[in-house]
Amino acid sequence: MEKKTYSNLVVSSAPHIVSPVDTTKIMLMVMLALLPSLLVSVYVFGFRVITLTAVTMASAVFFEWAWNKLMKKTQTVTDLSAALTGMLLAMNFPSGLPYWIAVLGSLIAIIVVKQLFGGIGKNIVNPAITARVVLFISFATEMTTWTVPKMAADVTSTATPLGILAEGGAELPDNMSLFLGFVGGSMGEVSAIALLIGGLFLIWKKIISPIIPACFIGTVFVFAAVYYGLTGGNAIEMAIFHVLAGGVMLGAFFMATDYVTSPLLPTGKIIFGIGCGLITMIIRIFGSYPEGVSFSILLMNCLTPLINNFCQNRMYGGAKKNEK
Amino acid sequence: MSQKHLQSIHVSHYKHTAGCATEVMPVPDVVKISMSQHIGAPCKPLVQKGDYVKVGQLIGDTEAFVSAPIHSSVSGTVKGLEEQRNAMGGIDTLVVIEPDKKQEIYEGIAVPEVSDLPGFIKAIRESGLVGLGGASFPTHIKFNPKNIDEVHTLIVNAAECEPFITSDHRLMLEDAEDLIAGCQLVMKYIGLDEGYIGIEENKPDAIAHLDQLLADKGITNIKTFTLQARYPKGAERVLIYEITGKTMNAGELPAQHGCILSNVTTIAFVGQYFRTGMPLVSKRMTVDGDAVATPKNVIAPIGTMINDVIGFCDGYKQEPRKILMGGPMMGRAIFSDEMPIIKNNNAILAFSKEQSLVKEETACINCGRCHQACPFKLIPTALADAYERRDAQALSNLKVMQCMECGSCSYICPARRPLGFMNKLGKAVVKEAGL
Repeated sequence: MEKKTYSNLVVSSAPHIVSPVDTTKIMLMVMLALLPSLLVSVYVFGFRVITLTAVTMASAVFFEWAWNKLMKKTQTVTDLSAALTGMLLAMNFPSGLPYWIAVLGSLIAIIVVKQLFGGIGKNIVNPAITARVVLFISFATEMTTWTVPKMAADVTSTATPLGILAEGGAELPDNMSLFLGFVGGSMGEVSAIALLIGGLFLIWKKIISPIIPACFIGTVFVFAAVYYGLTGGNAIEMAIFHVLAGGVMLGAFFMATDYVTSPLLPTGKIIFGIGCGLITMIIRIFGSYPEGVSFSILLMNCLTPLINNFCQNRMYGGAKKNEK
Repeated sequence: MSQKHLQSIHVSHYKHTAGCATEVMPVPDVVKISMSQHIGAPCKPLVQKGDYVKVGQLIGDTEAFVSAPIHSSVSGTVKGLEEQRNAMGGIDTLVVIEPDKKQEIYEGIAVPEVSDLPGFIKAIRESGLVGLGGASFPTHIKFNPKNIDEVHTLIVNAAECEPFITSDHRLMLEDAEDLIAGCQLVMKYIGLDEGYIGIEENKPDAIAHLDQLLADKGITNIKTFTLQARYPKGAERVLIYEITGKTMNAGELPAQHGCILSNVTTIAFVGQYFRTGMPLVSKRMTVDGDAVATPKNVIAPIGTMINDVIGFCDGYKQEPRKILMGGPMMGRAIFSDEMPIIKNNNAILAFSKEQSLVKEETACINCGRCHQACPFKLIPTALADAYERRDAQALSNLKVMQCMECGSCSYICPARRPLGFMNKLGKAVVKEAGL
């Protein structure tokens, strides 16, 4: 029998097998983790949540595709990072936002914040957060025209809980309705429990490290408890209120944990999380804006390279310095 | 005492052949025995065309210190010498022998009589033994460290953390007597007080079998040590840390930490050699992969062509696109299946086209998985960036030299960056800069 030999085999460097988790799967997992919040949002604000999210995601993907096409770069839409950016951005919108503003937000996030800095992995600040801040400052009215929650028959004001806290005019909602999510606010921020489920899912699947969310939320809680304790308020109740209200949950689990714009080492993550919490609370209590999560994450994103440089990595056998 | 662990990763085990008892392969129609089957100087062929050689006869040797002699694995006629490019890219001299299939044993084969360390080391050298775990460092040098008075512990590496490979597992079930005898000989002559056989917990039958044998023999200074079934527990520096808690830096030897560390197959061969006197002429290996018709554990004569070994496993069931010598994590891809088996082969894995595709590299997303995977807590993504800038100082500061090239970072990277390979290249950058 003639023996067949093969002498044109593939030669590559080891290892020859790879983990089943790739960038696309990671992005998909995060989108999956956002689903509970999206569903609660649909329940609270109605069907426009779906169309607005779809428009934002589709435009984000389109801008990514078009930029790569135009610049003759490798197509990166299949890694789903643009789709995730669109979804995260939509989470920050009030459900009644005009579609053209949503599309503009995608343009800012994908082209200005992400692609102009070199595309995936190269952006300095979180695209979704930055686009939100830009829209928030440029279209203050549209971005803060909150939809009345469907089941809240007795609600007289559509203001967010933090808005009420800053400006007064109505009674603060109790912490339980904040936790469950039947309050005014942006699409992704309404239900703390839905965000918590998504966040814990990501931690369980080892997609994100628990360090940043824990430090972020912990700092908000402690800061609020100390502040209201000193000023004679109900310390614990207000601390819980600050954790549940506004964008803390969404920011801590989904925005601040963005790999590209947060520190790599655990010590860096601790500094980053505490920094986010501190800035958030300083803005909420002393600043002129009712909410500070986006600003805090944006500022800490800018500090990330510095934090990375500052943190020393403790390596195996690292005791001997300057050895040859 | 709670055991400290280094970081590690979970890699699917794929130990399909764990239940396959080893089959001895019949002598093939031709063997080509390489003259460089070890780290160090290649051997000079001692035979020429037309010579008749027998099993166990010395056919290659050298005066160089770092080397090991080479013996014929068959009886038959030398057809000549050939030169062939090896998997590392260098050129090897091969002694081509046409077996007469009588397998006549060389007259000089006798059980070595040894009474002291120099005699033991001499016998080990004459056996042609090299590190069979993959490094193929001549064992007679490893067993005779400069600080031999300070070594006290034998560590036998039976972790077998590479996926697919089960040859060490089968050895522990089938040749446990030789393994224990080998441990005792090594400990006796080198003067070691205790021995540990480090085995991953995914081989409970091997652990139980060895524990039983050790108990039956009343041996108390040799113990099995159960390791996590994670990658890369079988790496030298990881194994020493897991068993002794000692940190061994790159460039250091186990002996500096009081240990002699050897692969389980190497130690078992010592036992076998002092039982039979037959030098290292055959090798047990796992043949697996989705292109192999019948995956098996095989004992083949050294010098058997890889396609003959696969032929013994009923050939290819689909066209192979990648063939590995060794496991999928650290094994070497070879360009042709017309290469001979050498001493340190513990697996031949043949994969189909789907399994052979090199994944396209995408941009780093700074997820930090490489850092969390690295047993030594290096930052492979930062090392890769430093390498791409050819920044020798940064590479050195990030301790690229500590990297043992286990490939955990490359395996785990969701962007499919060849991080481990870049570390290898990064080391060359540091060496070139003289840092």
